[in-house]
Amino acid sequence: MEIRMLIGSIVTLIGAIFIFLGALGIVRMPDLYNRLQSGTKASTLGTILSIAGIGIINPAWAGKAFIIISFVMMTNPVSSHTLARGAHHLGIPLSKKTVIDKLKEAEANEKKEEQ
Amino acid sequence: MVVIILTIVLGLVMISMAVTALTAQRVRAAVLASGIVSLIASIIYLLLAAPDVAMTEAAIGSGLTTIIFFYVLNKIRRSDV
Amino acid sequence: MVEIILYIAGGLILLGMLTALWRFVEGPSSADRIMAFDAMTVTSIALIALIAFFNNRIIYLDVALVYGLLSFTGVIVIARFLEKGL
Repeated sequence: MEIRMLIGSIVTLIGAIFIFLGALGIVRMPDLYNRLQSGTKASTLGTILSIAGIGIINPAWAGKAFIIISFVMMTNPVSSHTLARGAHHLGIPLSKKTVIDKLKEAEANEKKEEQ
Repeated sequence: MVVIILTIVLGLVMISMAVTALTAQRVRAAVLASGIVSLIASIIYLLLAAPDVAMTEAAIGSGLTTIIFFYVLNKIRRSDV
Repeated sequence: MVEIILYIAGGLILLGMLTALWRFVEGPSSADRIMAFDAMTVTSIALIALIAFFNNRIIYLDVALVYGLLSFTGVIVIARFLEKGL
């Protein structure tokens, strides 16, 4: 009983630490695409762990917690991907340390094949 | 005590976002700032023990209003939006 | 013991929300603002779950469910708006 509640609260604390580190990455990262990485992936993992911890503490809530976890896990990476694609289409510059840009090469290849 | 501190912090954020929505240069930023006002208002409704009002505020204020605003902005397409 | 750990977790989540808000105010482009909005929405789901635990009412989790569904459609619509053509 007590051990289970302690485990659940520690899982929630780990999730909160992930959320805080993701928010720190939003401020510190150099360009938009790196900020998207930390802003959506770390925040998603932190939210999933927090809600899982609440579900472990209170087993009667585990069903609803599982539904929320599955929604967040399915929808959030999709929105991150769509936003990154839109920003690349809009022409927001990458940072100077970027090594490779596969989407640009793919678009150039498609244009070449059309001609 | 914790609830009072949480409400004060969230209320200050809400007021600053409302001022941002009034003084923003571009319409997109103003619409997103009003979305954040609704987001925080729904958390404050939840702290005041009104989950049904919070659900309505989340669905309409933060979700539907933002979507409709961007739908209309897509139709207008002026240079300063 | 459990409540103290959860209070610390709630403080960290609130701090993360305020940090994401700084990027919203600062953000050079609109995509930065949309990303900060999305991060704040996802963070508020965790905050709502903690509030539900402290008030001991399961009905509060329904609000988190609504957020989990609606933030997705909002960000999709805005990203399509940026990509020209809804």
